[in-house]
Amino acid sequence: MTRWAMVADLRRCVGCQTCTASCKHANATPPGVQWRRVLDIEVGEYPDVQRAFVPMGCQHCDEPPCADVCPTTATRKREDGIVTIDYDLCIGCAYCTVACPYQARFLSPAGLFAYGKEPTENEKVRDDAARRSVATKCTFCVERIDEGTAKGLKPGVDPEATPACVNSCIAEALHFGDVEDPQSNVSQLLARHEHFRINEELGTGPGFHYLWDRKP
Amino acid sequence: MNTRHLQRPQAHWDWRAAGNFVCGGAGSGLAFFAAMWAPEALRAPLLLAGLGLVGLGLFFVWLEIGRPLRAPNVLVHLRTSWMSREALAAMVLFVLGLGLVLGLRWRAWPTALAALAFLYCQARLLGAARGIPTWRHPLTVPLLVLTGLTEGLALFWLLGAWMQPPLLLALPLAALVLARAGLWQLWRVRLGQDAPPPALRAIDAQAPVLLWAGTAAPLAALAVAAATGSIPLLQATLLALAGLLAAGAGGSLKFTLVTRTGYQHGFSLPRMPVRGVPRTAPR
Repeated sequence: MTRWAMVADLRRCVGCQTCTASCKHANATPPGVQWRRVLDIEVGEYPDVQRAFVPMGCQHCDEPPCADVCPTTATRKREDGIVTIDYDLCIGCAYCTVACPYQARFLSPAGLFAYGKEPTENEKVRDDAARRSVATKCTFCVERIDEGTAKGLKPGVDPEATPACVNSCIAEALHFGDVEDPQSNVSQLLARHEHFRINEELGTGPGFHYLWDRKP
Repeated sequence: MNTRHLQRPQAHWDWRAAGNFVCGGAGSGLAFFAAMWAPEALRAPLLLAGLGLVGLGLFFVWLEIGRPLRAPNVLVHLRTSWMSREALAAMVLFVLGLGLVLGLRWRAWPTALAALAFLYCQARLLGAARGIPTWRHPLTVPLLVLTGLTEGLALFWLLGAWMQPPLLLALPLAALVLARAGLWQLWRVRLGQDAPPPALRAIDAQAPVLLWAGTAAPLAALAVAAATGSIPLLQATLLALAGLLAAGAGGSLKFTLVTRTGYQHGFSLPRMPVRGVPRTAPR
């Protein structure tokens, strides 16, 4: 069974936000909607301060709280672990946005584009009216994955089948693949490194893993 | 205090969502007591007021959703969603309650049960929001149910005191007001371990309204009312005042809970990255 997951190497992320920009470009999300973000987190007090850049977005949880609360079944989890939203069912009640402990969901505003009320050339091509006034979030670029695998490509290895944020990462901090396959890139990374998942104590089973050190 | 990062206020549920909890909770509480305890002459008007409040709350939600024409979809996910269950309970409550109001000869207790079901579903609705510590706390659900019942009986007295229902029914109001204050205290103490500090500050800012205007003042008004039986108009005024204060404070508590304390869970980062490493990606 396939379980798609993201691995972020916190030691390599430089907080450049290229993944954020590439996500916005690939999905034409409106202003205020960032499916892929990079948190800038500072810990400690001067002079003993540490800083980390943490790529963040939908964690495609094993037990997604958003799916349980959704009154319309618009939010569902696929067998490969990807949590999807049926934009034609969603009523835009935002219940999922307050249920998500990762601040990953957005209610996309209607009629707003990057530079005002007129869409840019890219938005003309990629904006989807069905995605306005409903809940939206990172999809792991599910269309690329589905189309890529249909062509026999390997997500996480072949760029055409890999999420846009991973393709664009300048520091090779973001990785994508099947954690159920022990030979996959992400399984190998997890095997060789110390890692954690965020807000794991809530029992959501996030599909986003963070590397913080090498294993001894 | 917790050490999670970026605990920002949720930006999606505003006064309209709060309106559902304020009006729906109080309305279902009123419908419950109207069906169970109201004298015959008061039952229909009080029930109608309760149903009206529940309807108003749902109307506020309808104003908030992004795709209002798809509102019927809300009923689709009864298996796990408390919002779906709340909507279904509301429909049952309206059918049974309006039947009673229109004089159909069926029993009142199913209507009371439907009102309780609506109130419970609504409380669980907020409790299921796992991204918001103040909402998901285990004591939030009982606090909302108790607040709804208190408001219901308070409105019962506010609207019905002039018809002089049995004074004995003022005792449960005093008990509910006291129980609500006690549960609120416990909730506030327990929240301190998990909730973001700004949320706690918002709760503390609302506390005098709940504890003084919503607890001490109504209790005093009820006590004085009990001693003024010889002056019916004064007694009714005091009972109505107690109801007004107890219901108003409950509404204030829920409005604050939804619009001011909804700070998100934040991000717990158990380890910081160890810097200075070679490439990890395959070459």
